[in-house]
Amino acid sequence: MSYIYNAGQPMAHEALRNVSLTIEDGEFVGLIGHTGSGKSTLVQHFNGLLRPTAGTVFVDGVDIFGKDVNLRKVRQKVGMVFQYPEYQLFGETVFEDVAFGPKNMGVPDAELPGRVDQALALVGLDPGLKERSPFELSGGQKRKVAIAGVLAMQPQILILDEPTAGLDPKGRDEVLSLVAYLHQKENKTIVLVSHSMEDVARLAQRLIVMARGKIVLEGPPEVVFRQADYLEAIGLGVPQVTKLLQALKKQGFAVDPDHYTIEAVEDEIVRLLETK
Amino acid sequence: MADALIRFVDVSFSYSSDLEHGFEALAGINLEIADGEFVAVLGHNGSGKSTLAKHINALLVPTSGKVFVAGIDTQDGERLWEIRQKVGMVFQNPDNQLVATTVEEDVAFGPENLGIPTPEIHRRVDEALKIVGMSDYRLHSPHQLSGGQKQRVAIAGMIAMRPRCIVFDEPTAMLDPVGRHEVMQTVIKLNQEEKITIVLITHAMEEAILADRVIVMEEGKIVLTGTPREVFSQVETLAKLRLDVPEITSLANRLRRRGFAQIPNNILTIEEMVNVLCRLG
Repeated sequence: MSYIYNAGQPMAHEALRNVSLTIEDGEFVGLIGHTGSGKSTLVQHFNGLLRPTAGTVFVDGVDIFGKDVNLRKVRQKVGMVFQYPEYQLFGETVFEDVAFGPKNMGVPDAELPGRVDQALALVGLDPGLKERSPFELSGGQKRKVAIAGVLAMQPQILILDEPTAGLDPKGRDEVLSLVAYLHQKENKTIVLVSHSMEDVARLAQRLIVMARGKIVLEGPPEVVFRQADYLEAIGLGVPQVTKLLQALKKQGFAVDPDHYTIEAVEDEIVRLLETK
Repeated sequence: MADALIRFVDVSFSYSSDLEHGFEALAGINLEIADGEFVAVLGHNGSGKSTLAKHINALLVPTSGKVFVAGIDTQDGERLWEIRQKVGMVFQNPDNQLVATTVEEDVAFGPENLGIPTPEIHRRVDEALKIVGMSDYRLHSPHQLSGGQKQRVAIAGMIAMRPRCIVFDEPTAMLDPVGRHEVMQTVIKLNQEEKITIVLITHAMEEAILADRVIVMEEGKIVLTGTPREVFSQVETLAKLRLDVPEITSLANRLRRRGFAQIPNNILTIEEMVNVLCRLG
């Protein structure tokens, strides 16, 4: 798949170049790359918000840009949580905002309260907030309302573009736990777009790294993080604890540097200290 | 320590919507920030840290108590512009702070409003863009810039006012790692080379460790203060406040719990950890 912004015009810009990629049902993929690498452009193709200049996208075997495909159905299957989704809240009440998506999909009015309750419960918001204006809520709560609005459509695939940006550590942990829950307990396929290595490393089964509109690295986190120098050169990095193991290895310590969570690194250093 | 540039004396503040339930966003703050100091303020959302910041340049004034900036009472309405010239603010969202059609006009906006003569404005704009490393972009439109570049232009706009202090309210929260690095390098340079007092509100621990002093807020009060090393060694208190500690500090504490008490609890960087492990080995 390729995508050119302003194709045929002087300002034309090739944002995606021949990207080929498969995501399995139930997989958790972390998509990383710095600003301008093409990661947001890529995910906007997954539910047909952007139409590729060349190539296409299949969702569940269906070419979503094919003839007679109802993009509304695709968008029900592929839920998209944009960056700063709280900026898109508009309803007079939280209920209205969360019910908007399913209502538009044609869910009967009688079913809407159930959908809303279920979505609010998933994101951990008090059902008592339903009648409040979303604009009275805190930033973290607003973000959860926006995510609930996507979950209320019961998508099978969930794309989240920088869902923790601008949140404080508490808000960030809550959103990441929610994403982990949706993957593990609700069996959703997740694509998490982020430039935080720590966030994606902890959750994703596979990382896809983009730079200049191409996929430049792909694989399980420990494999991708072996390329620490390359990642830094393209404006990314590796988790601090992985960097530590790599530094220790350079100093001649017998450590396995392929760990990226604090728990695993702790075990690795304990092993090192105990075998002395 | 040099004289205090900023002084909070028993400052409490309630937003008007909270007055009736008696909720205080700031509750009895006493704080002095020295001229030339670099202070980081941590605390989760709602802890009062942005409210504190807005008191430094009189965007808010205390409900009770006093704030002094270079000896001026921020409630002295006649000297408001003097205070705003001394204390600049840079906010989180790079898109909301730029007003003009070119970078140089944007940087000139503040000094023009101060009524500074044109040749002097040119000098200041040149100097400010040079400090933030954006001289090559002076004729660009701000909307063509990356997030980190936009923040640097916003900072240049502040520098051109020749402030004594700049308050940064989560300036990197919306930026990618490259943008964060650019902005933090600029912040350090302003402090070290231009001797500008810095107040940095942040959630990022790797930024807070660069400060001379860290202040932690909770429920409108200052609950911890000290050097980054002193503050981050309080791992349990910080966890209770649901704040992060730098990942390496957290690892050091986990290793201590596993029985390696020789590892200090206040390690901040990878290099320090490598050195400690080399000594143990």
